[in-house]
Amino acid sequence: MPFTLIKNGLKNNASDIVDFPRQPDLKSSYDVIIVGAGGHGCAAAYYLARDWGIKNVCVIDKGYLGGGNTARNTAIIRSNYLTAEGVAFYKESMDLFKELDRELDINLMYSERGHLTLAHNDASIRTSRWRAEVNKQLGVDSELLYTDDVARVCPQLNVSQDVRYPILGALYHPPGAIARHDAVAWGYARDAIRMGAEVHQKTPVTDVIVEGGRVKGIQTDKGPVYADKVLQAVAGSSSLLAGMAGLELPIRTIPLQACVSQPYKPILDTIIVSGSLHIYVSQSSRGEFVMGGSTDPYPLYSTRSTLDFKEGLMSHMLELFPFLSEARIMRQWAGMADMSPDFSPIMGLTPIENYYIDAGWGTWGFKATPVSGKRMAECVATNKQPALLEPFRLSRFDNFTLTAEKGAASVGH
Amino acid sequence: MKIMPCPLNGPRNISEFVCGGDVKEMPNPESCSDLEWANYVFIHKNPAGVVDEWWCHTPTAYWFVARRNTVTEEILETFTAQQYFGASQGEPA
Ligand SMILES: Cc1cc2nc3c(=O)[nH]c(=O)nc-3n(C[C@H](O)[C@H](O)[C@H](O)COP(=O)(O)OP(=O)(O)OC[C@H]3O[C@@H](n4cnc5c(N)ncnc54)[C@H](O)[C@@H]3O)c2cc1C
Repeated sequence: MPFTLIKNGLKNNASDIVDFPRQPDLKSSYDVIIVGAGGHGCAAAYYLARDWGIKNVCVIDKGYLGGGNTARNTAIIRSNYLTAEGVAFYKESMDLFKELDRELDINLMYSERGHLTLAHNDASIRTSRWRAEVNKQLGVDSELLYTDDVARVCPQLNVSQDVRYPILGALYHPPGAIARHDAVAWGYARDAIRMGAEVHQKTPVTDVIVEGGRVKGIQTDKGPVYADKVLQAVAGSSSLLAGMAGLELPIRTIPLQACVSQPYKPILDTIIVSGSLHIYVSQSSRGEFVMGGSTDPYPLYSTRSTLDFKEGLMSHMLELFPFLSEARIMRQWAGMADMSPDFSPIMGLTPIENYYIDAGWGTWGFKATPVSGKRMAECVATNKQPALLEPFRLSRFDNFTLTAEKGAASVGH
Repeated sequence: MKIMPCPLNGPRNISEFVCGGDVKEMPNPESCSDLEWANYVFIHKNPAGVVDEWWCHTPTAYWFVARRNTVTEEILETFTAQQYFGASQGEPA
């Protein structure tokens, strides 16, 4: 819990704290340029300064701070993945998340709700047991529940067997959480700026300058900016930026949509996900039901919403929560997800010297914001692939050593 | 609902179709390197703009090529495989 709030609340005339001071003009060169001021880019700037003393850093964004997928996700945080590599990685992220509001002194509203991944058929029960066993081996709290226990954990669920897709069981992950996604990007950016980094918004990167196989800087609408090292963290635009640097990626950009209902009194504590029904839902601390589904059926660089998405989502939602039948949708939106073939990120070194990539975050990258920032900072500072990121290297596609992360495959979140 | 003009079935709801990915030339698996094959399998151009893709109308299992704009979401033109590749070489017409 951030104590500044209490301290200033008790003072008579607390002084104004400027979180985001006006940024100086863009310089002609930096030690490191980070393209993308989403959670990942800002976190990398923070850990570069905190862990490696690299402070002459510029985070640059064509839009506004945290306005990409960071502002659009359904904010689910969990570590109950299927592969050992995946679990180890997301577990480190959750451990960092738990300390983060104190460290950044900002209220992230990190709220542990418990997370149920429903199983509606034998195959899902089998995968749930498999995941639970992998998770337990690696110290992650996770277990398979059958219908009675599911009803005990979440009495609001319709567990009737007399529906189209009855609930047979669920993978239960008690530490599953949600958090205030904007604050994650703001907190990291604010503290990175305090330590010396700059964040330049509304500055599109239009080209990447590469000479003799080594990156030299970037081109912007305000002219060229040079740097010893460049990190790209642009989610849905990953292929476009990599293309400017001369790289081709195994990524497709596919919209992921979400929506929220009007606010209601708190009734649903647990986060509910169903892979077979392609839905996930939680009730935010404002009382809105936050709902999402699977990605759109085809690639698109667009954040439009569709009626098809909502019709599909609601038909299943009403089967699980009939009491929501009168609830109204209040807002809808979409983000552009950078989908990789093995539902795992693409992180680390690239064939271009001193050019680093943090991409392939698709529908699952919010929960990884702290660990990605921390480990990408290590990668940039040392110019070496950190051991934790080894399974996620870009070159895995050259020799068919993909990760098979089915724990993320079922639905987008 | 988006409408896809299918060369066989005429205009239909896009939910009746699946997107089969970019039209790209397959390297000869007998003679190409592992890397060329990996690139063929995994790499996507993923352009923000016009793209030619394979689409299938699932109820009739009919495959054809659609040219669409991935920014404006317009379907610009659709082709039968024969129109697209021409009768002879497998080269785009
Ligand atoms: C609807 C939805 C629900 C989701 N739900 C979850 C969830 O529940 N849990 C979870 O873990 N993940 C979820 N995700 C995924 C998660 O949101 C993303 O993986 C994550 O936020 C990516 O963060 P980022 O910082 O890499 O990218 P972003 O936040 O997208 O930031 C990238 C930035 O790059 C900038 N940029 C792009 N091109 C350029 C350029 N040429 N020049 C300058 N700047 C540029 C953009 O303006 C943008 O601000 C969801 C995503 C969506 C869309």
